Amino acid sequence: MSIAVVQFGGSNCDLDIMHVLKDVMGVDAELVWYKEENLDRFDGVVIPGGFSYGDYLRAGAIAARTPIMNSVKKQADAGKPVIGICNGFQVLTESGLLAGALTTNSYPKFRCEPAYLRVETTDTPFTSMFHKGEILSIPIAHMEGNYYADEPTLASLEKNDQVVFRYVDRNGNATDEANPNGSRENIAGIVSKRKNVLGMMPHPERASEEVLGSADGLRVFRSMLEYISNR
Amino acid sequence: MQYQAEVIIELKAGMLDPEGTTVKRALEHLGYEADSVRTAKKYTIVLQASDIHSARENVEEMCQKLIANPIIHNYSISLREIE
Repeated sequence: MSIAVVQFGGSNCDLDIMHVLKDVMGVDAELVWYKEENLDRFDGVVIPGGFSYGDYLRAGAIAARTPIMNSVKKQADAGKPVIGICNGFQVLTESGLLAGALTTNSYPKFRCEPAYLRVETTDTPFTSMFHKGEILSIPIAHMEGNYYADEPTLASLEKNDQVVFRYVDRNGNATDEANPNGSRENIAGIVSKRKNVLGMMPHPERASEEVLGSADGLRVFRSMLEYISNR
Repeated sequence: MQYQAEVIIELKAGMLDPEGTTVKRALEHLGYEADSVRTAKKYTIVLQASDIHSARENVEEMCQKLIANPIIHNYSISLREIE
């Protein structure tokens, strides 16, 4: 089993992901530069956070149109799991692999802090090791994390059980106060219709070891690996 | 022929524009009154095309494929021939 970790100019969470996959979990993973056009040899793909291409144009917009993304789409079409975290989520919406868009935080400030998330569905390759309704602590670090989609799109996300994580308070309530960026319906993470592509603004790789204050994020990666093993 | 296109990219009406809101607040601190402030981005693109119609088609495609995100943006294009 081998996981591709995509690197764009300006990616900066790539090595954290590599650390979690290789050092914490003992999985084979490889950094792949954005000019690579063939990812067929991998079983899954992670698009890490950062500021690809300086967030020029729009966050994730340039990265979404690089050669490697054609192959990321191909892997997604083949049913392999693909995770985009933070800037990676922005890349996935810009490339059309996920619905909606990520826009400037409602209070236009870079927010870097722990966030509580509620697990909305366990019926995805990335959340099978959680309980529905479980409250997680996973940090956020972004300025363009305000999830936007029009009403019909939001309705279809709900109907198809594609909302994976929501920002909540410590008691699990999805209040306005607990919403760090103005996201519609407090959405922090969604999957594709087929559920094998996940985008999330919070950083599970920064919450994958108890020494960091939370290991809740590790189960996102462990769920993905279990899904790959069972394919 | 050489053409110059000016492309304006704006957030759709009803989308939050936190930068515009902040500028509006700052204007009010200075004693100015404004009912609303919205931001936009302008791109100036110089290109070769056989005529103005094909220039417009070209720039239209650039907007749809890259410069604008149709989920959140409206765009407008104005074109003129240059020396």
